[in-house]
Amino acid sequence: MALYTETVMDHFRNPRNAGEMKDADGIGEVGNAKCGDIMKIYLRIENNIIKDVKFETFGCGSAIASSSMATEMIKGKTIEEALAVTNRQVVEALGGLPAHKLHCSVLAEEAVKAAIKNYYDRNGISYNRSEFPDCENCGSCRMV
Amino acid sequence: MIYADNAATTKLSVAALDAMMPYLMENFGNPSSLHTMGQKAAEALQEARETIAVCIGCSPKEVYFTSGGSESDNQAIISAAETGRKKGKKHIISTAFEHHAVLHTLKKLERQGFEIELLPVGSTGTVTAEQVEKAIRPDTCLVTIMYANNEIGSVLPVAEIGAVCRAAKVFFHTDAVQAAGHLHINVKEQNIDMLSLSAHKFHGPKGAGVLYAKTGIIPVSLIEGGAQERGRRAGTENVPAIAGMAAALKEAVANIDINAAKVSVLRDRLIAGLSEIPHCALNGDPVNRLPGNVNFCFEGIEGESLLLLLDAKGICASSGSACASGSLDPSHVLLAIGRPHEVAHGSLRLSLCETNTEEEINIILAEVPAIVKYLRNMSPVWKDLESGKRKFVL
Repeated sequence: MALYTETVMDHFRNPRNAGEMKDADGIGEVGNAKCGDIMKIYLRIENNIIKDVKFETFGCGSAIASSSMATEMIKGKTIEEALAVTNRQVVEALGGLPAHKLHCSVLAEEAVKAAIKNYYDRNGISYNRSEFPDCENCGSCRMV
Repeated sequence: MIYADNAATTKLSVAALDAMMPYLMENFGNPSSLHTMGQKAAEALQEARETIAVCIGCSPKEVYFTSGGSESDNQAIISAAETGRKKGKKHIISTAFEHHAVLHTLKKLERQGFEIELLPVGSTGTVTAEQVEKAIRPDTCLVTIMYANNEIGSVLPVAEIGAVCRAAKVFFHTDAVQAAGHLHINVKEQNIDMLSLSAHKFHGPKGAGVLYAKTGIIPVSLIEGGAQERGRRAGTENVPAIAGMAAALKEAVANIDINAAKVSVLRDRLIAGLSEIPHCALNGDPVNRLPGNVNFCFEGIEGESLLLLLDAKGICASSGSACASGSLDPSHVLLAIGRPHEVAHGSLRLSLCETNTEEEINIILAEVPAIVKYLRNMSPVWKDLESGKRKFVL
């Protein structure tokens, strides 16, 4: 399908790190079923390093591909490196996304950040709230 | 490859192609030209007009050629509205699940001061003649209600609706784009004043359609610039496509009962098989249904992913999910029959025709459940449904 690049199709058809993680150190879920996409990311963190990552996604081809790519980009990285991953980088790594699908990459970035925020909260680590998605008061998804 | 998207478009029939070829090649003349070649093209138009008139039970002079269903819908609605405006009648009745060619035209008229009343279509997706009768007012100038729904396949009681409109002396237009060539049409017996059809939905070519307008209704020209179609539609006629459309409709109508019987058997097998998938539901009227339409919602998954994975298996289908259509909301048709957003995103339409086979149905019935299961396994929504954190709707 010409709608998506070969890289998107590859990550969609053969998603990396798909599945659930038992006893994750941080879990982040963003999106809304009403809008048609929800991403959930699980992190295993040891010594500030993301040792393992899994995702579960309800959504379209680009949502699944964005989740898969984002997990590949943060695996083995430090928390700081993972926090620096932007949706633009996810899009570039995928070789581009159609304009109306760019929000899928935003969800991927936010899902990673939400999972790290959850890890911080669990471990009493302080952080700057303004640098993380505020899922309780999200205005970007109008169905919420 | 298995083509199960015949409601989107169909393959050109050999009869249609044969009818088109002479007007693409040796007789390429303009029907408005006076020379012999032009007049041969004009004769082809006349023959096509007569053929189509026989197929839908009207007079040839009531047949106007257009570029397709959308143009016909636009022209029919605007024409009736213009007539109404002159008489001070500005109320139009339609339904919530019409094609956008109808709904967007009505929106435009609403901005011009018309009052648009969209009847609810209930959970099976239909309206009754009684609903229409109750909605008609002294200032109603048009009732426009589709013959069959393009997404969920419900077939509406157009003859009864037509009778109610006739009794109230209100114009009745029906978008018969999904019905033509698949369901019997007789505009006289069914009390239809205006009707839209599109060639490529019954194995004709793309880019040709018909607006039938009963004698006495004068279509308002949407395109100015020539005397074609008796001044009601300027522009050199698409002669090959019109010839192909007539041949395709003639063939479809000649085989309408045989095809419907064959296709509905395949449809019913598909519906029965897919119904076994847990937490799914058939969309549309289970009884009064287009012979080739199958439309399901599967809870916990999103339709575009399903389509892409089916495509990878060589199966062509459609979905009413927002992502599949490139909009924010899922299908207005699925919302109109009461499916919540999150369920409407997980829809799948398979639309069959007479060339589909039992073997193809077997393949679809093997692939769809496997793909639904695969997508549910990676869906956090499905996990929440299974754990009870979220309540099942289906």
